[in-house]
Amino acid sequence: METAMSFSFNRWWAIVLKEFLQLKRDRVTFAMMLVLPIIQLALFGFAINTDPKHLPTAVVAYDQSEFTRSFISSMETSEYFAIDTRYSSEQQAQEALQKGEIQFILTIPSDFTKKLLRGEKPTLLMEADATDPVTISIALSSVQGITEQVMKKDLKGSLSPLWSQKEPFDVRVHRLYNPNGINQYNIIPGLMGTVMTMTLTMMTALAITRERERGTMENLLATPARPLEIMSGKIIPYVFIGLIQASLILFASHIVFGVPFNGSIPLVYMVVLLFIAVNLTIGITISSLAQNMLQALQLTIFYFLPSILLSGFMFPFSGMPTWAQHIGELLPLTYFNRLIRGIILKGNDFWYLWPNIWPLMIIGAVMMTLAVRFYKKTLD
Amino acid sequence: MSTTDAAIEVRGLNKYFGDKHVVKDLSLSVGRGEILGFLGPNGSGKTTAIRMLCGLLTPDSGEGHCLGYDIRTQSDAIKRDVGYMTQKFSYWEDLSIRENLDFVARVYELANRKHVVDEALETLGLTSRASQLARSLSGGWKQRLALAACMLRHPKLLLLDEPTAGVDPNARRDFWEELHELAAKGVSVLISTHYMDEAERCHKLAYIAYGNLLAQGSAHSIIESQNLSTYEITGKSLMEVSKSLEKHDAIEQTVIFGSTLHISGKDPHSIESLLQTYPHKPIPTSLEDVFIYLMRQSRDNYGNSHEL
Repeated sequence: METAMSFSFNRWWAIVLKEFLQLKRDRVTFAMMLVLPIIQLALFGFAINTDPKHLPTAVVAYDQSEFTRSFISSMETSEYFAIDTRYSSEQQAQEALQKGEIQFILTIPSDFTKKLLRGEKPTLLMEADATDPVTISIALSSVQGITEQVMKKDLKGSLSPLWSQKEPFDVRVHRLYNPNGINQYNIIPGLMGTVMTMTLTMMTALAITRERERGTMENLLATPARPLEIMSGKIIPYVFIGLIQASLILFASHIVFGVPFNGSIPLVYMVVLLFIAVNLTIGITISSLAQNMLQALQLTIFYFLPSILLSGFMFPFSGMPTWAQHIGELLPLTYFNRLIRGIILKGNDFWYLWPNIWPLMIIGAVMMTLAVRFYKKTLD
Repeated sequence: MSTTDAAIEVRGLNKYFGDKHVVKDLSLSVGRGEILGFLGPNGSGKTTAIRMLCGLLTPDSGEGHCLGYDIRTQSDAIKRDVGYMTQKFSYWEDLSIRENLDFVARVYELANRKHVVDEALETLGLTSRASQLARSLSGGWKQRLALAACMLRHPKLLLLDEPTAGVDPNARRDFWEELHELAAKGVSVLISTHYMDEAERCHKLAYIAYGNLLAQGSAHSIIESQNLSTYEITGKSLMEVSKSLEKHDAIEQTVIFGSTLHISGKDPHSIESLLQTYPHKPIPTSLEDVFIYLMRQSRDNYGNSHEL
């Protein structure tokens, strides 16, 4: 009895060896376990920056003087702001802010220098796109420091009395689209795309690999049903699931979290449908790469992680280095996040959304082509 | 439809997977209402050959017809008209029996769907269990469900890939009775199997090993063609007798069947002289003796270059 109960090193080693052999056979799992930490490290270590800098800023200057130039150059040297000289008229700047091409507009009133020299305490207007309050908060808090710096440098000699009064000029901040800087307003619409990415990609990938793993795919292929019929037929139920998910989050964000809804509902559903289609094609592509359900799951997670981290859902997009932004621009969730926030918080119309709609359509078309091509391969 | 009256008529089929030559120059013919038994060791290319016949795989070379449709260009028509039963149960275990049949009826666009399904359930004797999940069926019932699903659209040709593997003898007998009934109605059947009793129930046999077709014809003609003489020894310590006899060139093979030993070879006179010291008698060479002989021959001739 005692010998049967005692631990046998040989038996234990036999099991260890077998596990290693099986692990070696499953190349995809093996690669995933090695690549995943490297990717995570790269994403968290380099790409994700919760202190976003170089935020694109337009300057609408109705007054140009030594002082305004000094203020602008101080903004740039602070590294929080990157002045975008393409937009100099008020209308251009407002449009760019609405589209999400810039984060801030600095407006300098025409009598700024005159009033400053008279000690009348003039005001600079700083309008911020507050849909993502985290992105802008640090940059905005740096404005105070910039003001002091400009005063120390430029208000010297005969102008020093102006400095002695505590604030020779004011910077008034307007937080647009999310005036109270409530973080939920940004996170909850973003959640919609994140949830759909995870479930839809995974469910389609599993639906197809399941048939293959259980041997029922051969039966399906032996029927006269064509690949396109099988594939599109299998994913239709998930289109409905996606619509239900989107509606649930939309409803909850308004009722439970009080997220203001400024846009058009048909536009939301149009964008949601497009995004669902893209995710389903990605799921099908994953299912053709994966040999079994476990691999399909792993590949889904492999796709899901960068989607969360680099799409601007969790961390500010503009805070990432350029290479990480380029990766983010390959992910459908990046565009969907901009679209859904644009509609819900800014009330954008179709033409304001278009720059983020066509990339989604291209990703969808490419994935569909890949999926159909890979799918045919499963026969011969 | 082509001019040929055969259900299957293929010549020189070849299939490669990578650099593996899985099926080599396979030619087969199956007449209307004929049951062809497809035999051969595991991994010999039977499943691949069947998949080429039912339009799931395209042959790399060769040509032929199934039910008059070209297997290279008309796989859609073949898929529509041929009943194919996969080796593994390939219906949906998480669907009920009725749902499975209903799906098949829909995907083949059968008219009178509900009637067709009801009829199939009744023939199967599963009407009372129609809402049970396919998962809950025993192996024998699963295979009958699969056959019923195949037969829903009354195909003129059935391709059955080891349909009776792992099924008990009783259920196998019922299954074969159904097959013969179908054959009598003019349905042609190609069935792969490892069971000798099933092979003997076929009208014709084809034996394939390592991708090569080694023999084709009726059971009788296959036995004749190999020209083997077989003797039976009864007694004790047959294993030792078998080992010592195997050394002689005249003896092609020795096989122990329970308490008897079968000895086969090409030359009856030299075998007789070797068996002097043992109690022996000549017996008719059985199909099993011939298949074991064919399998060993093929391993010597083709097997070396393969891993099995």
